[in-house]
Amino acid sequence: MREVAVLGVAMTKFGVSEKTNLEMFAEAGLEAITKSNVEPKDIQALFFGNCLGGFEEGQLHMAPFAHSELGLPTSAPAVRFECACATATVAIRQAALLVAGGIYDLVLAGGTERATIMGTPLATRTFAMASHAQHESTAGITFPGVFAMAAHMYTAKYGVEFPELKKHTAEVAVKNHRHGALNPKAHFRKKIDVDTVLNSMMVADPLQLFDCCPFSDGAAAVVIAEVNRAKDLVDKPIYIAGMGQAACGGLYLQRDITRVRAREEAARQAYHQAGLTPSDIDVVELHDCFTIAEILAIEGLGFYEFGKGYDAATKGETTFGGKVVINPSGGLKAKGHPIGATGAAQVTEIVQQLRGECDERQVEGATVGLVDTLGGDLGTVCNIILRS
Amino acid sequence: MAYPITYDEYQKNLEKGRFVGLKCKKCQTVSFPPTAVCRACGATALEPVTLGGGGTVKTFTVIRVAPEGRKPPYIVVMVELDEGPFVLGNLDGIQPDQATMDLIGKRVHMDRHLVKGDVYSGEDTYVPLFRPESS
Ligand SMILES: [Zn+2]
Repeated sequence: MREVAVLGVAMTKFGVSEKTNLEMFAEAGLEAITKSNVEPKDIQALFFGNCLGGFEEGQLHMAPFAHSELGLPTSAPAVRFECACATATVAIRQAALLVAGGIYDLVLAGGTERATIMGTPLATRTFAMASHAQHESTAGITFPGVFAMAAHMYTAKYGVEFPELKKHTAEVAVKNHRHGALNPKAHFRKKIDVDTVLNSMMVADPLQLFDCCPFSDGAAAVVIAEVNRAKDLVDKPIYIAGMGQAACGGLYLQRDITRVRAREEAARQAYHQAGLTPSDIDVVELHDCFTIAEILAIEGLGFYEFGKGYDAATKGETTFGGKVVINPSGGLKAKGHPIGATGAAQVTEIVQQLRGECDERQVEGATVGLVDTLGGDLGTVCNIILRS
Repeated sequence: MAYPITYDEYQKNLEKGRFVGLKCKKCQTVSFPPTAVCRACGATALEPVTLGGGGTVKTFTVIRVAPEGRKPPYIVVMVELDEGPFVLGNLDGIQPDQATMDLIGKRVHMDRHLVKGDVYSGEDTYVPLFRPESS
């Protein structure tokens, strides 16, 4: 396997956009290509993420249209990926695998999503389509509902009682909003406090509105190349040190949903390939779709023992100057969560952190970063470890 | 290989109030809803088994922002059936606003209710509906 590096990275501002999926992706894609010091005609394949284009715009088979928006050559195939919220990370991993395997030398990967146009009821319905259609969605489970059930199971399993757990989960939202306020691309740039979370509308007990990431619009893209090509093209290629991806079935088959088995396996693969351990990681962009999800993730990724990560944000261990900086971008909670683009935006943030380009939210001296993206009801997790 | 118990057959059983899963002939693990491969050992030699319907609540939530076509609030529970499998369903006999952590560990019994399909899922479906055993 050849070594692989990331060149140019770019994301649109996340939030509510009037632009189409293709327009947003063209913005991010062209910026990533330009920053890589190549031209569209040099790109050999497009690995394109989008989840809900059929519902958002009545558009399937979006990849070839994204390809033509960018002016990519006919010789470059364009493929759409869909792994729910993990979509773009999976697309990037597939791109990196094919570059590592010698099939391509220079590829574009990323994703786009225009979720807000659906409105909350349809968006809630379509997001719930990532649960098992026959055995889960029929019970009326929603995406917040999945993590709400995980939160209740967590409190029962570890004996961390409400309202204590609620205060600690609220601190995750407070921390990620504080980080997002430093990120000009974030959907929300507003600081909040614990009371903001605890006084917000209940969505799925015990998760309240400010425990939840928003529906967002946005796109992100990255250029990936064989390492020697990358060194010729850019000053600071960021190396892909390790990757992992794993799968697990429906919630009713996973049983103990305080443990995300797909994450534990994906992270094991990534750490093993990189030859690194959790203590080597300086900065993390992980899947905080809900506040409890960040707690499950810091435990599953090995930063905390199971049942011990719930008060990490309260203790200041996951912010700047802490044990490991989690979601300096603001995470899904504040940066926003255009599901088909999220993974590429996480990779974008880590690459910019490792290049020292993050201004006010820069993690000082960061040399190794981890991306963690979870798809659906814990069914897919993809991890990528990057180093400068 | 023929699918051992199809969703259609599972639904027809639910409609009649029969909870039919599959038991692995090799390791005795029971699946419900029935799955074509034993998740515990990978075997495909399975035989139908009718479950008693008793179980224990493992976790729950109250859905207050519902998908299009559903009327909140309602309770979703994940129950461990006495024969071993976990199943997702709804809970009756407790008002959504009375649903607290006390639910976890509570004994429940399985029934079923008909949920209307929508333009995406198509047909109406029977969904496990649990009630506290005492009521
Ligand atoms: Zn078996």
